[in-house]
Amino acid sequence: MGRKLLLANDHIPGIQGYDVYRQNGGYKSVEKAIKTMSPETVVEEVKKSGLRGRGGAGFPTGMKWSFLAKPEGVARYLVCNADESEPGTFKDRYLMSRIPHILVEGMITSGFALGATAGYIYIRGEYFYIVSILEKAIEEAYANGFLGKNILGSGFNYDLYVHVGAGAYICGEETALLESLEGKRGNPRIKPPFPAIAGLYGCPTVVNNVETIAAVVPIVNDGGDAYASVGIGKSAGTKLISASGHINKPGVYEIEMGITVEDFIYSDEYCGGIINGRKLKAVVAGGSSVPILPADKILNLANGEKRLMSYESLADGGFASGTMLGSGGFIVMDETASVVENLHTFARFYHHESCGQCSPCREGTGWMEKIIHKILDGHGNMEDIDLLWEIQSKIEGNTICPLGDAAAWPVASAIRHFRSEFEEYVKNPSSHKKVRHYESVNQLQSA
Amino acid sequence: MSELKFSSESLAVIEKMMARYPEGKHKSALIPVLHLAQAEFDGWLSPEAMNAVAAALKLQPVEVYEVASFYTMFNLKPVGKCLIEVCRTSSCWLRGANEIVEHIEKKLNIKDGETTADGMFTLKTVECLGSCGTAPMMMIGAQFHENLSYEKVDAILATCKTENKRKTYFDNVNIDQY
Ligand SMILES: Cc1cc2nc3c(=O)[nH]c(=O)nc-3n(C[C@H](O)[C@H](O)[C@H](O)COP(=O)(O)O)c2cc1C
Ligand code: SF4
Ligand code: FES
Repeated sequence: MGRKLLLANDHIPGIQGYDVYRQNGGYKSVEKAIKTMSPETVVEEVKKSGLRGRGGAGFPTGMKWSFLAKPEGVARYLVCNADESEPGTFKDRYLMSRIPHILVEGMITSGFALGATAGYIYIRGEYFYIVSILEKAIEEAYANGFLGKNILGSGFNYDLYVHVGAGAYICGEETALLESLEGKRGNPRIKPPFPAIAGLYGCPTVVNNVETIAAVVPIVNDGGDAYASVGIGKSAGTKLISASGHINKPGVYEIEMGITVEDFIYSDEYCGGIINGRKLKAVVAGGSSVPILPADKILNLANGEKRLMSYESLADGGFASGTMLGSGGFIVMDETASVVENLHTFARFYHHESCGQCSPCREGTGWMEKIIHKILDGHGNMEDIDLLWEIQSKIEGNTICPLGDAAAWPVASAIRHFRSEFEEYVKNPSSHKKVRHYESVNQLQSA
Repeated sequence: MSELKFSSESLAVIEKMMARYPEGKHKSALIPVLHLAQAEFDGWLSPEAMNAVAAALKLQPVEVYEVASFYTMFNLKPVGKCLIEVCRTSSCWLRGANEIVEHIEKKLNIKDGETTADGMFTLKTVECLGSCGTAPMMMIGAQFHENLSYEKVDAILATCKTENKRKTYFDNVNIDQY
């Protein structure tokens, strides 16, 4: 059994409520930080821990915190990114609904470290039922003196609010999230300035993922060094993996980084193997945006060693033979699945979610969806496959935000590793089940 | 164009929503208040409903329209009492989302995006709702319905019909899985 730092207590009855959470060591990190540490030493511990952002990009959290500008007399904000919309990812939902106080506690301890005036948890609208769970936890934290004015008699004032979105993947991108939190359309901002200098309402702001914020709790409780000793190399700590698709035991697993991919897929502690004893065909290891890999490449590195569940090992081989840990959305496909049809669901997704500001993204995502649809429908030709390749290569790196790249990578990797499957659709159109003709623009939206 | 007004109860909630943001930044409450308007005014945002939001938040109506039209969860056309949102992205597709959509289409005799003649149901296919580990899934109001089978879908739709109540994102839900 790997060590658990976030979900060690998630099955204790009543852990959703303050009393049980507190009896099991809850809010100790707030007491420790406020009573025995300075904000700077908390930041130091987070730096030492080696914690990297769990929202997808993996940027070192302590370093991000140290970039926060601190001009006199200007408010600072901590914003928690609970937009969780990357297909295949559902770990933040699990964490927030099962053990909401760990997020509230993390937001207080982190807010103290950053000298924030207020914290906002931006949660995707589809998680409406979790809003009341979080609000109840926040209310309990206020009632017990962990939020509000003069927390634990320290003079530290800090308020925490939940803010609900309304269905837009792009609002997970941190600057789009800030726009949305200001009551606007979720169009990503051009950077710089970065949020650390000018974020929410133009004030210095840190945006962190739910899981990142929660990890601050064990880091402060046990020290940065203890956290860094879990995991492997620069992949410190544990990671929540959302496992879905053709496996026997879908769900959220907290893994210690460094276990093998094979163990994760086949052992009974985790996914429990492929359904109906079928063969593994492919895996999307880190949410829809990361490159898809065929079975041999996800299980093994190019040098024949076993691939591990860590930032470095999953990325080993670059885009030629590797992928990324991303958000930890681990989608498994068995031998019966069509890679092209799966790609169509992704292409449709990115087309729907593009905010439309940059033409390579707005137009490119639409073309890619149409071409893949045409191929699936039996009307494709070989040039369409090359055209698809061409379009994805023109999007990558040419847009305001990384959604363009995120839309291009799944297409590139599917063609790179499964070109023969695209060709099969072109050569034998009738041998495949026809794809449904979904309306590409949702009729309810076109007012 | 007849005027729509929030109930006094909702106006009190709006006051509380605005208080979450700093002085002068009350525009931040726009999305939460649009949700409230949609729940209060029959499940969709008519121009009149959006004007009521603009008035409550002291914004220009156009500021409200441009935001409402950006976000998928805001309906700019009328919908049935139960809006069935079925996820069809990868993980759900791998576990039969297309079949679930087809089943609902046949059963209710409507296509994606349409509403039944009695105004009870609207079917809408959507992108990943963060329930991929319990796929296939759909959402009605705030309630997630997970690990769907045809039988389960039939039972859920039958219950909706018997209850004959508008479902909103503010409903209390039973938490099945998480
Ligand atoms: C299109 C797009 C969608 C994103 N969605 C999310 C999301 O749902 N949740 C999240 O935490 N980060 C998301 N991110 C990453 C955020 O921009 C940001 O890097 C992250 O919230 C920082 O937190 P972290 O350092 O704790 O990971 C997204 C990025 C992009 C480009
Ligand atoms: S890359 Fe796409 S989503 Fe990002 S800003 Fe440009 S158009 Fe919008
Ligand atoms: S793919 Fe359907 S909920 Fe995520």
